[in-house]
Amino acid sequence: MDGEAVGSEAVSEDSGPGRRHRVHGMLKLYYGLNEEGKAEEQPESLDPCDINGPHFDPELFLNKLRRECSLAELMDQETCMVKQIRSLDSDMQTLVYENYNKFISATDTIRKMKNDFKKMEDEMDCLSANMAAITEFSARISGTLQDQHAQITKLSGVHTLLRKLQFLFELPARLNKCLELQAYAQAVRSHRRARCVLQQYSHLPSFKGIQDDCHAIMDKLAQELRQKFRDGGSSAKDLSECVELLLQLDEPAEELCDKFLSHAQSRLESDLQGLEAEIRPYPSASAMKDASGHRLSSTAAAGSPTYNSPKTSTIPSPTSNTDILEFIDRGCNEFVSSLCLVITSYQELFINHAQKGELASKNIPQMANGKLNAFVDDLAARYFSLVERRIQEEKGVADNSLLVRALDRFHRRLQAVTKLLPGSAVPNQGTEIVIRAATERVKQYLSALQSFYMDSLTDVRQALATPRLSVASASVAGGGAHLGGPASGRDAPNSLPELLSSLSASILNQIKSVLASVHLFTAKDITFSNKPYFKGEFCSQGVRESLVVSFIKFVCQSSRQFCESAGDKGGSTPPALLLLLSRLCLDYETSTISYILTLTDEQFLVQHHSPVTPVTTLCAEAREAAQKLLNHYVKVQGLIISQMLRKSVETRDWVNTIEPRNVRAVMKRVVEDTTSIDVQVGLLYEEGVRKAHSSDSSKRTFSVYSSSRQQARYAASYTPSAPMDTNLLSNIHKLFSERIDIFSSVEFNKVSVMTGIIKISLKTFLECVRLRTFGRYGLQQIQVDCHYLQMYLWRFVSDENLVHFMLDEIVGSSAHRCLDPAPMEQSVIEVICERG
Amino acid sequence: MEDDAPVIYGLEFQARALTAQTAETDAIRFLVGTQSLKFDNQIHIIDFDDENNIINKNVLLHQAGEIWHIGASPADKAVLTTCYNKTSDSRVVSCAAVWRMPSDWETGSHESPDDSAHNPQTLELLCHLDDSAHSNAACVLWEPMGDGKRVISLADNHALLWDLQESSTQATVSSTATLEGKGQLKFTSGKWSPHHNCSQLATANDTAIRGWDLRTMSQIYCIENAHGQLVRDLDFNPNRQYYLASCGDDCKVKFWDVRNVQEPVKSLEEHSHWVWSVRYNHSHDQLVLTASSDSRLILSNMVSISSEPFGHLVDDEELSEGEDNHQEDNQSNKKKKKVLINYSSFE
Repeated sequence: MDGEAVGSEAVSEDSGPGRRHRVHGMLKLYYGLNEEGKAEEQPESLDPCDINGPHFDPELFLNKLRRECSLAELMDQETCMVKQIRSLDSDMQTLVYENYNKFISATDTIRKMKNDFKKMEDEMDCLSANMAAITEFSARISGTLQDQHAQITKLSGVHTLLRKLQFLFELPARLNKCLELQAYAQAVRSHRRARCVLQQYSHLPSFKGIQDDCHAIMDKLAQELRQKFRDGGSSAKDLSECVELLLQLDEPAEELCDKFLSHAQSRLESDLQGLEAEIRPYPSASAMKDASGHRLSSTAAAGSPTYNSPKTSTIPSPTSNTDILEFIDRGCNEFVSSLCLVITSYQELFINHAQKGELASKNIPQMANGKLNAFVDDLAARYFSLVERRIQEEKGVADNSLLVRALDRFHRRLQAVTKLLPGSAVPNQGTEIVIRAATERVKQYLSALQSFYMDSLTDVRQALATPRLSVASASVAGGGAHLGGPASGRDAPNSLPELLSSLSASILNQIKSVLASVHLFTAKDITFSNKPYFKGEFCSQGVRESLVVSFIKFVCQSSRQFCESAGDKGGSTPPALLLLLSRLCLDYETSTISYILTLTDEQFLVQHHSPVTPVTTLCAEAREAAQKLLNHYVKVQGLIISQMLRKSVETRDWVNTIEPRNVRAVMKRVVEDTTSIDVQVGLLYEEGVRKAHSSDSSKRTFSVYSSSRQQARYAASYTPSAPMDTNLLSNIHKLFSERIDIFSSVEFNKVSVMTGIIKISLKTFLECVRLRTFGRYGLQQIQVDCHYLQMYLWRFVSDENLVHFMLDEIVGSSAHRCLDPAPMEQSVIEVICERG
Repeated sequence: MEDDAPVIYGLEFQARALTAQTAETDAIRFLVGTQSLKFDNQIHIIDFDDENNIINKNVLLHQAGEIWHIGASPADKAVLTTCYNKTSDSRVVSCAAVWRMPSDWETGSHESPDDSAHNPQTLELLCHLDDSAHSNAACVLWEPMGDGKRVISLADNHALLWDLQESSTQATVSSTATLEGKGQLKFTSGKWSPHHNCSQLATANDTAIRGWDLRTMSQIYCIENAHGQLVRDLDFNPNRQYYLASCGDDCKVKFWDVRNVQEPVKSLEEHSHWVWSVRYNHSHDQLVLTASSDSRLILSNMVSISSEPFGHLVDDEELSEGEDNHQEDNQSNKKKKKVLINYSSFE
């Protein structure tokens, strides 16, 4: 019964897990079944009073209960225990029943299986008997067929041999036929197949005969192939086939290389000739033709007989109307692509092919490579010289994009050659041509800019020449009402500021457009733009230095030339132009130069690897030019007025002049001119600062300022005893007054310019006066004139004392040179001057 | 000389004329002519003693008028010419004359140097270099290194070649040349070339420089627009026969090769006002002295166009002398300085 309980326990495992577990545990306890591992898991159940524990001692438990519990509790305990026992019993009964049922069904199943296996065993026996029968039959059949099979094998071997022999015997005829049909490839293929065999059995006379026949035929074939090769009328594909066959026929590879190349050369030559015909033969190219001729002779010496012929038969084509893009296109499509084709087929034939075959041992690839490189270099050089000639013809700067596109295409197509011939110098040469073309283009742009600048200057000059009168008369508006002359003339459209702004704007626009054109060279989609030259040197040296900086320098330099050339020819440059240019240079210094350079740097992302001209240098140069121009302007204007004054002083007889009634017309003219100059300068330059002076300085009269000293001087002159006093007095005065630098540099403002001009004029006046001798009225006329000048000139200068002082000096000098120095009454002078 | 103070000589009148006495070989002697309208004009004879660095002076009266130009005879140290303004009847006339210094001026001055100014002797008039047709002499030029028999006077637009006879008491016009052209042309300055056997003359009028052949009295070259403004003075390089220096109102000093009159050989623009006078140093022709009304004298060392382009260091002495004279120049007291139209101004 015990064993069955254990078995049923195993069977009952698939009942509800929770309950099963509990029941299982309990049953195990009940039956004292305790595996060693499990005992350790329940150390708590060592308590002998634990009713569920394995060490339960009923005695102890009972005693304990009796000791510890009351009767009621004992009763409860008892009831509880009875209830538990009852439930355990019923559980056990259920389990036993279930296990029994399962055991019964298992027994049934085993019995059924036993019956089935018996049936299968019988069938297997039957099968093995059948198999044995089949094996026996098969052995019998193969035994009967063996003889026949051996016979068939032998027969087929004989057949093959016979076919081979037949092929050999038929070979001469077949080759002949191929020769007739010009199926050279097939002939060579056949011959190659037979060649080894023939070689091997050549000691047999019949084979020997065949071999000889074949040789004769093949020689003929090779002859024919060579002929075809020489004729050269065939296409590249035919030709390469030819070469391939010849190579297979053990022709010397070197000779073939030469022949192949010379043939290819003649075809490329015709391409080049076509290109050359496109180029307009221009007479000035003699030097370059010499150069190419020189090279030609040197390469001809290297051994290419076909080289000279096309050159000598150059047809001077009529004016080529194709543009450079078309030209380059044609060059690319015809020359470069066929060159590439030649290179490819050549490499295919002599290099790649040879490397695989038996020819590799003979160093043929190296030899062939060398030949190819020389060939390509030679032809490419000629092509490049043509391209360069064509590029040089591209003089106009109008359409740069065409050139750039042409160069791009040129460069791009050369990349194919690079891929085919990695070691070749051709792409580098091509890049150099592109670089040269680019630098040449930059130069052309520079000269275009320069001529544009000169043209605009001419325009300005003309514009200045036409409204000159109106500008002069505009002086009236600014100069005061001392003349009732025509007050119009301000309407001139070509006023100086407008001219200036239009000039500088047009120059700037031109620079911008040129920059934009040049920028095409570095556009991203152009293949050569990522060459290091175009990234670095072209931007910094080419564009920035030789284009922009050179142009700015040119502007400054040409401005300076205006100063120098005009000095000798006596004002061939209109003064207004000098003023305008001065302002232009000054504007350049302050803003335009840095703007242009920043623009350039931004557009071209210039990275300055090499030292470049800094902005400050250019600015300094521009400023220097501006200063020089302005100084020159002052000088020219001063000298014009000087001339007027000098003539007026020199041509007059100052001893025998009448009493002054008027201011001399020359002085009015001087004031007028000064005023117009003032207006002119005011249009372009700021006012500038004056030295502080009293507000009513205009009221202060010249004589008040100087009369005391003058009187003293006259007085001294009368007394014969003290002639030295005069000098002494003036010398002392001189010590205390500032030294006046006449032709000194001026500042960039109106007042300074005007001060310069007036200083020059008055100094001239002074010097002239000192060379003359005056009568009484002569002196008085000078007094009147000086007062008049004083009345009008003070307002133009930075320090009116300067005018006072110089005029004072003039009057003093004329008094000194006067035979009868009797000065005029101040009031009379004033009246005369007021009257105008 | 470097540590010596500059020697200054003061005149009581303004002066525009100065020359060196070339006939005097023993002493360094200058003649200065004064300009005064109201008093008798004087000729100051200034001896410079370069050993003691002092100056001796003598004064002679020149009563005819204020002196604009002065020239000393190359042969006779007592003979000189002046161009002067004479005022008479409220008219100013420019005249030229040959004068002889009184023979005893030297002894007199040595005895009583102090009162020489108070008791000056008068020049003795030898002859006038004027005739009725030609007046207004601008300058009188002696034949360089000649025997003191030939002079040229430039009057208005005529160049007159005079022969002096009977110890310079008689002057006759031997030939004349006339400048012809539009307008009122007038010679402003001139120079007798010491080269070509003294047969060439260079003159300046307005902005042009002209060369004349004295044998035919015809023009041989003309530098039009030599200067932007009036040409004030000329000088020949004493050693290079075709080289000529000029100066003018455009503040420039230019050096010309008269065989090529298109371009100046060199142009200097150091002065800031009119350049009145230019002179070569007679023994070192790389040294050129210029005087200007900007109150400056500039001594330039033009080695590149001198007759001794290489080597021959310029004496420090002479350079420093030039430096000294960069200062205010009431009087130039230059050793070996031949002529300086001394622009003694109010300064």
